[in-house]
Amino acid sequence: MALRTEELMLNMGPQHPSTHGVLRLVVTLDGENIVDVVPDIGYLHSSVEKMMEYRTYLQNVALADRGMDYLTALANEEGYLLAVERVGRIEVPPRARYLRTIMLELQRLSSHLVWLGTWGIDLGATTVFLYCFRERERILDLFEQATGGRLHHVYFRPGGVYEDLPDGWTDRVLAFCDEFLGRVDEYHELLTGNPIFLARVQGVGVLPRDRAIAMGACGPVARASGVDFDVRKAFPYEAYGELAFDVPVFQEGDCFARYRVRMEEMRQSVRIIQQAIAKLPDGEIRSKVQVNVKLPRGEAYARTESPRGDLGVYLVSEGEDAPYRVKIRAPSFSNLFALTEMMRGWKVADVIAILGSVDIVLSDVDR
Amino acid sequence: MSAQAPPPIPTRIAPIQTAVDILDSLPGGSVVLSKVEYLLNWSRAASLWPLTFGLACCAIEMMAAWAGRFDLDRMGVIPRATPRQADCMIVAGRCTIKMAPIVRRLWEQMPEPKYVISMGSCATCGGPFYYDNYSILKGIDQVVPVDVYVPGCPPRPEALIEGLLKLQEKIKAEPFLRRAVPA
Repeated sequence: MALRTEELMLNMGPQHPSTHGVLRLVVTLDGENIVDVVPDIGYLHSSVEKMMEYRTYLQNVALADRGMDYLTALANEEGYLLAVERVGRIEVPPRARYLRTIMLELQRLSSHLVWLGTWGIDLGATTVFLYCFRERERILDLFEQATGGRLHHVYFRPGGVYEDLPDGWTDRVLAFCDEFLGRVDEYHELLTGNPIFLARVQGVGVLPRDRAIAMGACGPVARASGVDFDVRKAFPYEAYGELAFDVPVFQEGDCFARYRVRMEEMRQSVRIIQQAIAKLPDGEIRSKVQVNVKLPRGEAYARTESPRGDLGVYLVSEGEDAPYRVKIRAPSFSNLFALTEMMRGWKVADVIAILGSVDIVLSDVDR
Repeated sequence: MSAQAPPPIPTRIAPIQTAVDILDSLPGGSVVLSKVEYLLNWSRAASLWPLTFGLACCAIEMMAAWAGRFDLDRMGVIPRATPRQADCMIVAGRCTIKMAPIVRRLWEQMPEPKYVISMGSCATCGGPFYYDNYSILKGIDQVVPVDVYVPGCPPRPEALIEGLLKLQEKIKAEPFLRRAVPA
């Protein structure tokens, strides 16, 4: 008589320490092997797109901070305001463009540090978390001095930024940058010197290049699978066209490649910040201070490279002081569905390593 | 000016020295009389193990509260990932109507005595933005009883620490052995 086996449904989440938010994964297992993964989303749906239609353009800046990806508040503001500025044909003065670039790259550093720390916890390396948050607190201090907020800044405005930098801020950023490059090497040694870490991530969760494109993967996930695409290079916005930086691309497509892409991106972000501070022009920080922004009739699509990937905002204006429709193309959403491709065929213990390497934020997925 | 002699280095930390002095003055040397309830409450308050219910942005500040700078571990607050080992629940972030039954179920799975800290404006009252929204619950106190509200969007880690200290005060003042169990 043949031994009868059957598949096991394993419910992971929504309250789980390693799901990076409130993601529910319904994993179908054959023994220890993953047959299928179905993500169940919507546990953090906050209907931001609908709410934006009932708030003015200025109020929506604060909403974009919270309702979208909460780790990258400034990148959300940037995506939204780029669309607003394109519809309204609002000019941004050069100093404001450089200030925004510096802030966006600092935000990328702080976001990648949260990813590295939490991924370290998932893989059993708790020390990395403490190291990463030590540096992250320093970035948040810099943010607090310039924007007033730790997590949600509401710093960008249509046509510029809210306030100029405090005295000595750029010196403090440069001092931090010099120290931070050494810290990145420290994290790298801490993790890649650990054979357990390497065994859990090297060659695990491979996403081939053609599947990455087919599933619409973007950002570091796509670049780790050999897709050489970065919105900052392809469609430069703010000051990125005037600054030199490299886009790291790896061909392997495994968790280790995604890790290396982000580590290299942190080094490149430091490079961008240093150049932007050296080139920082004087002058106006906001083209026109408006209490009530009214845009002409029109529509625009803005693409930005948020730390998680290709963040797009499509905005339709009917000539009112509030948008008629806002559609957000969230990078985490498409990366989440590339995740199902990565997980098939691996062991159940690899679920956490693969999930952490994709770096999804559920607020971004559900919006 | 003549150089002053440096102050003597204390051999014991001051509160410990005081405690040792009190113990030495007692007959027998090491017996302290106290109320059972006081001792129970004192030990319960000093080792609060919260279930970390991180939902949104506030969860990042909650993580920061456990990291190096703020270090909640020094107050005996150690994060737990399962409700069975938890004394209190920190609901951090906005709770959707889809998530509300899960918050309730995890609260029910916690053993008595249990407490709930609502962290952030969204968990407290629906937040500064989601008042006219169809998907967010307007405050988790609609599904679970809340002991301490921590306001802010998001609250700083210091605010969460203050909230935990308030909960410790509440626990210490509780008639633990004679309290009524909530339904």
